[in-house]
Amino acid sequence: MNVMSLTAVELGRKIKAKEVAVEEAVTAALDAIDKKEGTVHSFVTVDREGAIKRAKEVQKLISEGSLTGPLAGVPVAVKDNICTKDLKTTCSSHILYNFVPTYTAEAAARLERAGAIILGKTNMDEFAMGSTTETSAFGVTRNPWNTAHVPGGSSGGSCAAVAAEECSYALGSDTGGSIRQPSAFCGVTGIKPTYGTVSRYGLIAYGSSLDQIGPVAKDVTDCAAILETIASYDSKDSTSVKREDYAFTEALVDDVAGMKIGIPRDYFGAGLDPQVKEAVLRAAKALEEKGALVEEFDLSLVEYAIPAYYVIACAEASSNLARFDGVKYGYRTEEYEGLHNMYKKSRSEGFGTEVKRRIMLGSFVLSSGYYDAYYLKALRTKALIKQAFDKAFAKYDVILGPAAPTTAPKLGESLKDPIKMYLGDIYTVSVNLAGLPGISLPCGKDDNGLPIGLQLIGDCFKEKNIIRAAYAFEKTREYEHSPLA
Amino acid sequence: MSKTYETVIGLEVHVELATKTKIFCGCSTAFGGAPNSHTCPVCTGMPGSLPVLNKQVVEYAMAVGLATNCKITQYSKFDRKNYFYPDNPQNYQISQLYLPICRDGGVEIETSAGKKVVGIHEIHMEEDAGKLVHDEWEDVSIVDYNRSGVPLIEIVSEPDMRSAEEVIAYLEKLRMIIQYLGASDCKLNEGSMRADVNLSVREAGSKEFGTRTEMKNLNSFKAIARAIEGERARQIELLEEGKKVLQETRRWDDNKEYSYAMRSKEDAKDYRYFPEPDLAPIVISDEWISDVKARQPELRTEKMERYQREFGLPEYDADIITGHKKLADLFEETAAICGRPKKVSNWIMVETMRLLKENEMDADDISFSPEHFAKLVELADSGSITNTVAKEVFERIFREDIDPEKYVEEQGLKTVNDEGALRAVAEQVVKENPQSVEDYLNGKEKAIGFLVGQTMKAMKGKANPGLVSQFLKELLEQKKG
Repeated sequence: MNVMSLTAVELGRKIKAKEVAVEEAVTAALDAIDKKEGTVHSFVTVDREGAIKRAKEVQKLISEGSLTGPLAGVPVAVKDNICTKDLKTTCSSHILYNFVPTYTAEAAARLERAGAIILGKTNMDEFAMGSTTETSAFGVTRNPWNTAHVPGGSSGGSCAAVAAEECSYALGSDTGGSIRQPSAFCGVTGIKPTYGTVSRYGLIAYGSSLDQIGPVAKDVTDCAAILETIASYDSKDSTSVKREDYAFTEALVDDVAGMKIGIPRDYFGAGLDPQVKEAVLRAAKALEEKGALVEEFDLSLVEYAIPAYYVIACAEASSNLARFDGVKYGYRTEEYEGLHNMYKKSRSEGFGTEVKRRIMLGSFVLSSGYYDAYYLKALRTKALIKQAFDKAFAKYDVILGPAAPTTAPKLGESLKDPIKMYLGDIYTVSVNLAGLPGISLPCGKDDNGLPIGLQLIGDCFKEKNIIRAAYAFEKTREYEHSPLA
Repeated sequence: MSKTYETVIGLEVHVELATKTKIFCGCSTAFGGAPNSHTCPVCTGMPGSLPVLNKQVVEYAMAVGLATNCKITQYSKFDRKNYFYPDNPQNYQISQLYLPICRDGGVEIETSAGKKVVGIHEIHMEEDAGKLVHDEWEDVSIVDYNRSGVPLIEIVSEPDMRSAEEVIAYLEKLRMIIQYLGASDCKLNEGSMRADVNLSVREAGSKEFGTRTEMKNLNSFKAIARAIEGERARQIELLEEGKKVLQETRRWDDNKEYSYAMRSKEDAKDYRYFPEPDLAPIVISDEWISDVKARQPELRTEKMERYQREFGLPEYDADIITGHKKLADLFEETAAICGRPKKVSNWIMVETMRLLKENEMDADDISFSPEHFAKLVELADSGSITNTVAKEVFERIFREDIDPEKYVEEQGLKTVNDEGALRAVAEQVVKENPQSVEDYLNGKEKAIGFLVGQTMKAMKGKANPGLVSQFLKELLEQKKG
């Protein structure tokens, strides 16, 4: 039996049944990492000793009966923008190349309390800015389906690690599609929860009003179980919401009879790869055949989502990233004359091109004289987009569309034309602007054998609708392991 | 000077709030402590940390707003003020620009020019920065984040003041209100109250404002008054010479009594304010406002009335004592212990005020305990010590907060009531002062005063003055006989 080919919940069950020892599972993961990292490079940091030590402790707690959750003893990979105490957390940036947090992010701490074993930290676009994981300061991650292609981003390391079966599941973060798009490219499943569902405490901020941590795994069941574990009201995060219902696994029901599914015509226009379109519409058909009521509608405002998103995210990022200045932690330039020169050199040398581009863009839109024309206008657009979704959700339980307009591009193709790369976020960013939950799951492959992702969007706090629809669709097909698995 | 000029002044007053914990984390706000000992990931700007608003800060800000006749903004927000400086760990300060918690208030002041209202444009909440320490030997700067995240309110006045006297009256009024509310101790010298002065001059009668400068680093009322006079003179001189006043920030050097322009880089910045995405808007209900109002402690006017009614203090005394929160607290606490409010009031009105004045001290500098003060009042009032001794002991209390009972005991200052001893001394004094005796016998009754004085002096002030004058009278009458 290859324990790495199991889903997280399956592995958890076998651990509980004493069919697999925790250390055995962790060793299998570390072996897989040893074998595949040279090819896929999903990780920035692997915590070999820590994971083995922790495996022993967790095994003891499971054997004693004090750890009984579905994820107890299951190895996980954590995106490198989620703080882990005593374990380097770099955001894949040179400016944090040596940063070791003094505390663990709430979401990761909740996983640890549930008995998760953290294997290490996954590669990402620098500070989550990018759609390919190519902006990482520590090298690119390759797509396990075809290593000439990118895994998507920014949670490319997490998604590739799951697809390559270097871990049982992973945590990612999603500011404009950073969980859903790489999940689509890597043929795995990922959820971006409703804003406020998972604590952001300890998530190194990119766009604070848009960031959410979420699960990446092989299937919907895993994602629901992981989300149930990491979601909570957290008094340390003022944007955290006290929800009535966190029982996401209850929605794992293969029944969509009567469920109303809307397909926004605006998501199927120019720019959408025909093979992606076909696979996504086939998925809609499959749900319809299971009794869902599927119809097309006009969502509107879709073309404004990208500019609004980039203005807001970059504005917040320009301020959020100000703290990386060489004074307190992280990279400081070798030689400098005085404070301002130290700031300037440390930041010039520490940040990569894409990060600098977004900091400058964000600083510009917040500058006096431009604030109203850009930032305020973007906020107004955000409110209008939310209204458009409100209108849609008055009619539909779920909105169905592609996660990305294409399958994974080749390495080295995207960064030359940032605007084109930004436009690739067209189907995902509006979900963040409106604070909605979204899930991406595999729904086919293109002629090159690259996975295609289906995106299901729900109303705020209605994760259960998209989990149910995704689960029902997933039942119509088999999970495909990547060639690197 | 050929023309007459009017000075126009507005103030930005920062007040450090008296909360136990910081504005956005649970760290202590206590002064002192080893550098960086009152810190956590939030107030040191660690990556991934998030602010959580301390509700007490909102309540203090509301209380100050209500007591200064402001409107409370019921949907208020925080904004980020972006600037790079190492004392600010995030390189942005969480403050309020667009929707400050209080707006459109004012307080009445009284000066030699009469009564007037100084308008308050707004009050907003924000966080304090850390402290940079420059090590000259090592040529490095190190930073202490213990003060980082200490809550502040900034009270921005309208440009309604016209003289240093009005500015001081306004500041004293603010300080009194805030101290009475318990929202801050408002110590200028310790920085828990800081005032920046915006000043311009214009020809008398002009409707237009002149170009203003902002002055910083003003650590006492006296420094503020001197800085205003200095800046007024500087601006008038420029105008008289046909030059222009530059809009700039100037730093006052109180030793040199001169202000100099801060580098323009430190001034005139684009702070790129935007709404703080990590904090939810503050929604203040009518109920919350009335709740804060209901919990508002007794302010000066009510206190003054109560002192007259309850303790029978004269209006003048009640006015002076309630004029400073520290004096009012001292009065109430001491009176509660010894049960002699009128005596306590007298000690404050006469001896305390005298010592404050002689030592150029402010009521805030009073450091003795009401317990020791109360004991002294009891000792004096019961006749255990004489008035002369009491004054001397009070000075010791004022300076060193000694325990008067112990002190009187140790120094042997108790009033001497021993009739034999007193009579012996009185006889000696009568013997040594024949001239005074003769004067008395010749009908100059006042001469006995001198003899009482001499006797008291011989007894080092400790003699029971009643007994002394009784014995002297007896001795002199005997001589008459």
